[in-house]
Amino acid sequence: MEITRRHLLVLLPAAAVGWKFVLAGTPEDAPNYKLSEHWWGMLIDIPKCIGCGSCVRACAQENDVPEGYYRTWVERYHVTDYQLERPQVASPDGGKQGFPPNEIGGKNFFVPKLCNHCADSPCTQVCPVGATFLSPDGVVLVDKTYCLGCRYCIQACPYGCRFLNPKTNTAEKCTLCYHRITKGLTTACCEVCPTGARQLADLKNPKDPIHEFLRTHTVQVLKPQMATGAKVFYDGMDGSVR
Amino acid sequence: MFKDVEHLIRLAAVMAIALVAFVVLRAAIVPHSFGQYGHYRGAAIAEIAARPIGFAGHDACEGCHSDVVDQKKQGKHVVVACEACHGALAKHADDPGSVTPAKLDTAVICARCHEADSAKPKWFPQVLTADHSGGLACDTCHQPHSPKIETQKIETKTKAEGKQ
Repeated sequence: MEITRRHLLVLLPAAAVGWKFVLAGTPEDAPNYKLSEHWWGMLIDIPKCIGCGSCVRACAQENDVPEGYYRTWVERYHVTDYQLERPQVASPDGGKQGFPPNEIGGKNFFVPKLCNHCADSPCTQVCPVGATFLSPDGVVLVDKTYCLGCRYCIQACPYGCRFLNPKTNTAEKCTLCYHRITKGLTTACCEVCPTGARQLADLKNPKDPIHEFLRTHTVQVLKPQMATGAKVFYDGMDGSVR
Repeated sequence: MFKDVEHLIRLAAVMAIALVAFVVLRAAIVPHSFGQYGHYRGAAIAEIAARPIGFAGHDACEGCHSDVVDQKKQGKHVVVACEACHGALAKHADDPGSVTPAKLDTAVICARCHEADSAKPKWFPQVLTADHSGGLACDTCHQPHSPKIETQKIETKTKAEGKQ
């Protein structure tokens, strides 16, 4: 077709309108999911955790986490008397197979750990190629097609939540089951938690029970002195937890 | 004005070609969606979200297994999601005919939560399985979906069934 001046005058505005949709990207196209309407986090209710390891197994199953690596894990703390600065922490196989029997005195409790999906995350700041980022809905993700495997982010994370996948040689971490939460499901770990010790929270949703919980409970984040803007909130956390 | 001005023109031409080459190469190499939301590839978000799910979620289970849901409502296990014990079963939910979940060994599954440990909260029912059952499978006495043993209830149930 020969494009005349008249045709071009019609085509240009049409192309300009069409281009906007091309630029819009795909996540916004997902039905009923808008990036701008969510701000994800998690609530961990330590007094409810029974250390069964269901979350660790579910996470490994859901996300093909390689053997010996963990996107989430459970720690068992043993604190004697006033020795808050010297807790004994055990996490055999990340707590995946439960814990060996422990009938001892002192203070004992379980602490599930995972990526804190920090709003001011140190791990995303050190990435030299823009392979890891905080998504507009508040989840720290890794673009594995862009990751060089330089391990800067693994060193930068104050919580030890990242590892290098030995198969792909790219950085890997908890995605907060991004493929599930964008479909209206909860994360695999929250789905299987038998006591409700882990709960996915959408901080931008005013109807989410997290807001009432945060108002009425003594809540803490891990390493608040790091000012990472962590969004995994711990209820009833002992001062010995690192 | 300038002596040997063609040198400068030649240099300018080389720089112009280099600049054009840089702009063209950059446009070709940098992914289209880079910078859409920030200093990263915007399309990566959709790629990560596209991963298939493994756990179907309890809503999917309740659609077909309403009998088990009713049974669970009578006991404390009402709060425990199906896949907490039965494992990831999105494939079963998609194709219930060909993918069927394996039968569980209650001696192993129940102990994962209920084996006594001083780190477990005091309100949580715990037993030392070796002392409690002597190696017997838990479902010898307990019905896993509604685990409390209520002798009276069982008796009345058998009586009612006998009358029919």
